[in-house]
Amino acid sequence: MYLYNLTLKPSTAISFAISGNFINTNTEQILLANNKLLQLIQLDDTANGSKFQTLISVDVFGTIRSLSKLSLHGNDKDYIVLSSDSGCISVLEYDSKKNVFHVLFNETFGKSGCRRMIPGQFLAVDPKGRAVMIGACEKQKFVYVFDRRNGKELKINSPLEAHKSHTFVYDIKGVDVGWENPIFAAIELDYSEADVGNGAQKFLTFYELDLSLNHVSRKWSEPIDNGTNMLVTVPGGVDGPGGVLVCAENYVIFKNTGHLDIRAVIPRRSDLPAEHGVLIVSATTYRKKYFLLFLLQSEYGDLFMCTLVYGKENVTELKIKYFDTLPVTSAMCILKANFLFAASEFGNHGLYEIRAIGYAADVESSSATLIEMEEGFQPVFFQPRRLQNLARIDQVESLMPVMDMKVANLFKEETPQIFVLCGRGPRSSLRILRPGLAVSERAVSQLPGIPSGVWTLKKNRKDKFDAYIVVSFANATLLLSIGETVEEISDSGFLDTVPSLCVSLLGEDSLAQIHPNGIRHIREDRRINEWNSKRTIEKVASNGYQVVIALAGGELVYFEMDMTGLLIEVERHGMLGNVACLDIAPVPEGRQRSCFLAVGSHDNTIRIFSLDPDDCMKILSVQSVSSPPESLLLLDVHASVGGEDGVYLPAGVFLNVGLQSGVLYRTVVDMVTGQLSDTRSRLLGLRAPKLFCALVRGRRALLCLSSKPWLGYIHGGNFLLTPLSYETLEFAASFSSGQCAEGVVAVTGDALRIFTIEQLGETFNETMIPLRYTPRKLVHHPNGKQLIVIESEQGAFSAEERKAARKDCLKAVGMEVNGNHNAQKVENSNDDEEICGSLSDEQYGYPKAESQNWVSCIRVIEPRTETTTCLLELQDNEAAFSVCTVNFNNKEYGMLLAVGTVKGLKFWPKRSHAAGFIHIYRFIDDGKGLQLLHKTQVEGTPLALCQFQGHLLAGIGPVLRLYDLGKRKLLRKCENKLFPHTIVSVHTCRDRIYVGDIQESFHFCKYRRDENQIYNFADDSLPRWLTASYRIDFDTMAGADKFGNIYFTRIPQHISDRIEEDPTGGKIKWEEGKLNGAPNKVEEIVQFHVGDTITCLEKTSLILGGHDCIVYGTVMGCIGALQALTFREDIEFFSRLEMNMRQEHPPLCGRDHLAYRSAYFPVKNVIDGDLCEQFSTLSPVVQKKIADVLDRRTPQEILKKLEDVRNKII
Amino acid sequence: MQASDRFNINSQLEHLQAKYVGTGHADLNRFEWAVNIQRDSYASYVGHYPMLAFFALAENESIGRERYNFMQVPFGTAFPNEEFFV
Repeated sequence: MYLYNLTLKPSTAISFAISGNFINTNTEQILLANNKLLQLIQLDDTANGSKFQTLISVDVFGTIRSLSKLSLHGNDKDYIVLSSDSGCISVLEYDSKKNVFHVLFNETFGKSGCRRMIPGQFLAVDPKGRAVMIGACEKQKFVYVFDRRNGKELKINSPLEAHKSHTFVYDIKGVDVGWENPIFAAIELDYSEADVGNGAQKFLTFYELDLSLNHVSRKWSEPIDNGTNMLVTVPGGVDGPGGVLVCAENYVIFKNTGHLDIRAVIPRRSDLPAEHGVLIVSATTYRKKYFLLFLLQSEYGDLFMCTLVYGKENVTELKIKYFDTLPVTSAMCILKANFLFAASEFGNHGLYEIRAIGYAADVESSSATLIEMEEGFQPVFFQPRRLQNLARIDQVESLMPVMDMKVANLFKEETPQIFVLCGRGPRSSLRILRPGLAVSERAVSQLPGIPSGVWTLKKNRKDKFDAYIVVSFANATLLLSIGETVEEISDSGFLDTVPSLCVSLLGEDSLAQIHPNGIRHIREDRRINEWNSKRTIEKVASNGYQVVIALAGGELVYFEMDMTGLLIEVERHGMLGNVACLDIAPVPEGRQRSCFLAVGSHDNTIRIFSLDPDDCMKILSVQSVSSPPESLLLLDVHASVGGEDGVYLPAGVFLNVGLQSGVLYRTVVDMVTGQLSDTRSRLLGLRAPKLFCALVRGRRALLCLSSKPWLGYIHGGNFLLTPLSYETLEFAASFSSGQCAEGVVAVTGDALRIFTIEQLGETFNETMIPLRYTPRKLVHHPNGKQLIVIESEQGAFSAEERKAARKDCLKAVGMEVNGNHNAQKVENSNDDEEICGSLSDEQYGYPKAESQNWVSCIRVIEPRTETTTCLLELQDNEAAFSVCTVNFNNKEYGMLLAVGTVKGLKFWPKRSHAAGFIHIYRFIDDGKGLQLLHKTQVEGTPLALCQFQGHLLAGIGPVLRLYDLGKRKLLRKCENKLFPHTIVSVHTCRDRIYVGDIQESFHFCKYRRDENQIYNFADDSLPRWLTASYRIDFDTMAGADKFGNIYFTRIPQHISDRIEEDPTGGKIKWEEGKLNGAPNKVEEIVQFHVGDTITCLEKTSLILGGHDCIVYGTVMGCIGALQALTFREDIEFFSRLEMNMRQEHPPLCGRDHLAYRSAYFPVKNVIDGDLCEQFSTLSPVVQKKIADVLDRRTPQEILKKLEDVRNKII
Repeated sequence: MQASDRFNINSQLEHLQAKYVGTGHADLNRFEWAVNIQRDSYASYVGHYPMLAFFALAENESIGRERYNFMQVPFGTAFPNEEFFV
């Protein structure tokens, strides 16, 4: 089996974010990194406010461990310094012309991987950009010095060592010392003395790089709090006092050489239990001419404004003031235009406008008022309040983390929907992903009848916007003018009592209306020329300069505009039968006419005619298709290099054919000879696609109206054909006006709709249903209407407790907790709701409870109406972890729901719990509600439940047990206690049971009904920490482990046969098992490192009439798929392409691609489609080179292959 | 010390053990071995962001807190005492 891995929806999670001037000093960009993607985004001002635009997004095929920018003095743009698991330090530059990241250096310093001794975990840059320190978690540190040759070209010197053995490092930052020797500050811990228990002490150490001696020395070291986790550079030189802010648990301390410690406590939320400390998790510096402040965010999401009072010599005071509360971020950056970009750890990221900088009175702690008590310093308390200094203006969607996923067609659409559980705590949600682009509807208006066509017209070809919309009915034509409002015009010169076949701009500024009886040519000065036909005109094609009509009976008449702007008949051509459809290619730039006319006939052929005056109406080529053509569109692609997509595109003309069978054909037309080649086909839907032209990013794109509308456009160098999430449309035209630059006007039924297409390049569009707690598992009711979600959350209060606490809090607010501000607010709004609403849990998080407190709920959702029909909150510290629907042999209650719960679960110091339960619920109201039947206590945590032969199989710790339904309890029927650790998944097929262990991969078991015994006949030889599993077929299981690998295991055929044939089912052999193992071992047939922990797997097909593929979702919110390649030829082709791509286009940060995909186990039988798809971003020379190696193919053929395989998946 | 001693197997091993922390030797006891494994593992968890996120989800802590906890572990508190392993 060979698989092709393709990321369908790249992760939008962010682990690092840095703002900087990566293009030039005038513009500001944000550089984002998540695990393996490096992205550059820019804030653009659009009509609807500021929106993010992605400039470039590159998969680096490695783990990005740390990211920083290098701003050199006098340089107009910043460089990127990046450390990854490649064992190299990478310095990159963004090339805005070609839109690529350009590698300046990949300096190797050690082994690859994220190991404890390999530098890369920390990256500290000297604020003046003279040197970089790169450090490991333990011992090793290197300093790279940069200098510039001739003041221009950046040069990197060999590294200087600053190792110190027996030392852990917690953070490293550059210290701002102006132009003196660069200094790096590190939090270190020497464990040589303290290996056995206590006595360890963290130190803040300053390393000085002596530029003249080219040597690094430990300059200064002083003990600091053992709770220290982070450093923040304080601007120095002329901008501030220099030194560092040391963030420790509960404290922020200012430190510098030869300076007293200035310490302040971090204010605590008043409802925070005493066992929790407050840790700063992200920080950013806000520096303007007249002030300097730091925004620090605690692990609970509260932002604090930290300011320093300093004179010439010393810092005298450190103040920490409550600022606002945002969801916990992994990184924050402040943009010059007073925006704060907050990259959330989990869930959507936010863009906030900074409205104020904390001038209002609020809770503040200061070093001056620090009170030392017996057990430490006196804490300062505050109460979170609604946003005062920030206002959210935009958000970026992120699926992180995907907890579970089901693919099902619950909406009875053509393609299935993906139901994804994502998020955590109060920000968790169920998202419904549909393949396709999101559409935003701008206007809908009713028309007097059912229209048969719609067109848009400009007044002059040079105009930017359209002036008219023309709608044709069965016996009338309506002209609407576009302005502030859309109004009907009657004196247009159009014949309004006949239907129109085509309306178009002719020449520069005259109009043509083609109706069944003739052509009406309206000149700019309202002179009208008429051409009448004796026979009915059936089909028309026009490109604005040339018009071709097809008369009944099959005659083509060709008109052309002459110099004086008159439409002149040039040629007639008889066809054998009626013409089904025709189209003229657009006039190429700088030419007088287009040379190609495409005609589709009912005899399943498409012909290309020449329109060249020398051989007019000569057939250039013929293509036969599988069913009668319905619609034709010749689409030209302009050549481009770089630009918005950043890729090289050769010019070309494509012939698109919509067939009556619902298939779309796409063929390349040779621009000189008109020969057709390189055909691609795709089934779009059940209706014959009608093809129209739309504008996408200034380019002509293909709009196909089948049972669903589809958009074909070029994105990132690849042609993408994506469905639009919109209803069935009959007729469409591109639309452009002041309010909506690139829209589409379309008709369905008797409605005229104007819409725009958003977020190009996305594969899915999503709808969101909020949930209450961290979702764990998802099952769907077999009636296809409801979904059942279990949610559980550690360390939170139950809904009633929260309600009570909120009431108390409201009372307290009246008593001025946060200064006098809130008192006013209460006066203004006595309405409880408003204050409750303002403190939404989504923004502030749930109040923290003791960590052994659990809350949980079981929810039934109707996704169609997006409503929760039943919500059962579990009582008494119980948390649900597994769920399944089950049909017992006893049919009394029909389908039942089994939920596995555990009471009082604790992880530290050892995993323990009070009790486990299996709840059995029956469905009421056609599946909308749940009613508890009974609850059975079990000895462990039931982490896996599955229906099996009219019984319930439960994995409870290391025990697999079979239960039957009793009146008041579940009844034990059979069990096997011999599983190694904890059972996390159970799948069944016939009499086989596939058990997944938390550490030990899969165990293949058999249930013998006659002996009532479950025994294990095969297991895996590798330890695998399972996080997701799926049964592929009778002998094969797919699994994923927490290190980011996906793998398939299969029982060898002969063993499988023997087990099935053996009357004892291999049992005798099992009884003599050795070393606690099963007698047979499974084989690993597929192995691939995705680089991201996979949490859910499913085998399914995402498209109409497609083959099954394995779809997976990951913790970082990425959705990908593995598709089986069936032909040997394809396998060979893609393996060779992959091999060549590795050579010609090695990953950006220097990681060896093959080594990355084999990070834990050698990659086996999987081709990395993500790497192959980067082919389109290569320069034409390299493309040609690779194509030549691959059996002398052309780059176009390779692109076609890539497109084909993608189309098979999505 | 003679010049040839520098190249014998023992001194080479010692050199390697000093250079590559965590390399085992014949007299390694259970505690030292376990501590090394633990330090390797936690360094790997801290280095791989998805894994850090995975643990943060399981323990319902922020990723920043989880990173801090993991870096605190290797020097002591949450570890059984030495007698347990000897």
